[in-house]
Amino acid sequence: MGRKILFITTDQQRYDTLGCNGGTIARTPVIDAVAAQGIRYERAHPQSVVCMPSRSTMLTGQCPSTHGVWMNGVPLSEDAPSVADVLAQSGYRTAIIGKPHFEPFLDAFARFPENGFSRDGTFGPHRGFEHFESATHGAAGPLHYARWLAATHPEVVNMFYPVLDSALEVNAMGGGDTGAPQAWANNIPREWYHTDWVADRTISWLDSVPVDDDWFCWMSFPDPHHPWDPPASEVGRIDWREVPLPAGYITDAGERERVLDAKPRHWRAWYDGRMVSNYEAPLEWTPATLTAEQLREVTALNAVECELIDEAIGRVLAAIAARGWGDDVDIIFTTDHGELGGDFGLMFKGPYHVDGLMRLPLIWRPAPSAKSAPATVTRPVGLIDLAPTFCAIAGLPAAPWMEGTSLPVSDTDADARGFERVLTEWDSELWGVGVHLRTITRDGWVCSAYLPGTAHDGSEGELYDLADDPLQRVNRWADPALAETRSDLLADLWDHQPAMATPLRAVEAPV
Amino acid sequence: MYGTVRHEIRIDRPADVVWALAGDPTKLHTWFPGIVECTVEGNMRTIVTATGIPMPEEILVCDNTQRRFQYRITTPIFKHHRGTIDIIDLGDETCMIVYSTEADPRTMAMVIGGGTAAACRELKRQMELRTEAVD
Repeated sequence: MGRKILFITTDQQRYDTLGCNGGTIARTPVIDAVAAQGIRYERAHPQSVVCMPSRSTMLTGQCPSTHGVWMNGVPLSEDAPSVADVLAQSGYRTAIIGKPHFEPFLDAFARFPENGFSRDGTFGPHRGFEHFESATHGAAGPLHYARWLAATHPEVVNMFYPVLDSALEVNAMGGGDTGAPQAWANNIPREWYHTDWVADRTISWLDSVPVDDDWFCWMSFPDPHHPWDPPASEVGRIDWREVPLPAGYITDAGERERVLDAKPRHWRAWYDGRMVSNYEAPLEWTPATLTAEQLREVTALNAVECELIDEAIGRVLAAIAARGWGDDVDIIFTTDHGELGGDFGLMFKGPYHVDGLMRLPLIWRPAPSAKSAPATVTRPVGLIDLAPTFCAIAGLPAAPWMEGTSLPVSDTDADARGFERVLTEWDSELWGVGVHLRTITRDGWVCSAYLPGTAHDGSEGELYDLADDPLQRVNRWADPALAETRSDLLADLWDHQPAMATPLRAVEAPV
Repeated sequence: MYGTVRHEIRIDRPADVVWALAGDPTKLHTWFPGIVECTVEGNMRTIVTATGIPMPEEILVCDNTQRRFQYRITTPIFKHHRGTIDIIDLGDETCMIVYSTEADPRTMAMVIGGGTAAACRELKRQMELRTEAVD
């Protein structure tokens, strides 16, 4: 009997939403306790700041340029490699429960297997998972949660925020107390909300696994991704009026705009509502209209969702302990990407490679039987390192197609094994607007190079000193005193950035 | 605002052979993944998707000379839709299929257009499979 793996992901969760990472709004005692027993990473980055490419990286251990999911709406190839498949072939029982999103949700012709299981009443197998049970951010879509809710509690299906508007754009409709976009009072009972459903279904699957089997279970919560519509019964946990504004929010509009103007032009263009480069943010919402009150409310609702996730994880861990597996289970907790969360007056996500979107919560508690010492790792790591980590836990070598390295267990280990840099990519082509950037984070710097696109001629960039400027307010790309630093970082970036796989895979849906 | 999506793919078969299938409005379901049924009455075609949803369409153009087929989906979710299939003779016993979609709301162009990308690939697969069979 070997080590079992509980892989927990959330969607669009900021680093600073966990107590163990310094968060002060959401109470996350379960994950904080896991972190205290394990390894907490302070500089974990995704290889893409949107869902489908990032989730594909977790599954394949490859960067987006290699696995080919270069933007949302590009399905991961049917024959893409999968760490779940590697584990299954070595005898692991495998499941994914919750949000998968390796294939598009908007699937008018029912072409993608991911969306077909719930229609057929089946649960996989798919991509190496013998059990594939899916959910997303509400009651819509061809996924198991939506069908379960429609079948068992149809009266609550319409209580969720409508994620898309009548034109199928991401909805800008305001709600809550302040009219914030995607804030909503959802009268669904808590026990029917998708967070608890994901935990319930995970417990159910684990209960089906014989006690002597090894297993890899990816429990994938759709929250705290927008919409921010947690069960209304829970909203009173946090009074938004008492919530402090995020450190990254610049309260003075003039100062905010000066900071944005020093960044590549698409930042200010989006803020002013002149350019929306990607589908993931509401088309009809102009960030400049965001009020401090709206931001407080969204922050509070987001924190409520984080608390519900934490409590759901606690139930799953209790169930695992009850099976007698406690000493043999590795727990890895992370998210697919961050959330701008009011930084620079912005929310949601897009081609903005700053900490709000790139700095992720990542915690690994090795199985207690492995007797690994608790640690904090400050060196840069990536979600690309997860797949080889799962292999290492299972006692397997990393597959040759994996591009990352098993996560370090300490800074000393990181230094010994060359964890110097982490790369992040962005590519999008939507309605004639193309944005392309490549980012390297190393030695306390974040350096982004823009490739030619609709708004950029290829000469633009961003350079931030994470030590002196942790909120990334001062773009030092053009600082002559840093020319050599910039040059060194760019050389290292291009030395390690794989070329985009060709032919470019087609975008087959908005998301 | 309209959205437009275009997919094209080269097929190693003569244009008239490809057009014989792609230009036949009654055969769409044989090469468009996710369309399971297709009936034509006059200039109206109804397709049924794999989710069981019927989608009525109006055939606008079926030009055997230019090898162009155009249609519009008439369901109310579309303020505008036009689908265009062109089979272009490349002069070397091969051809190019160009499948264009324009729609309002624009997001529907991507939703439908994703299906057309798969349709182009499937048409190529079927056509070139026939070449191999002949060879």
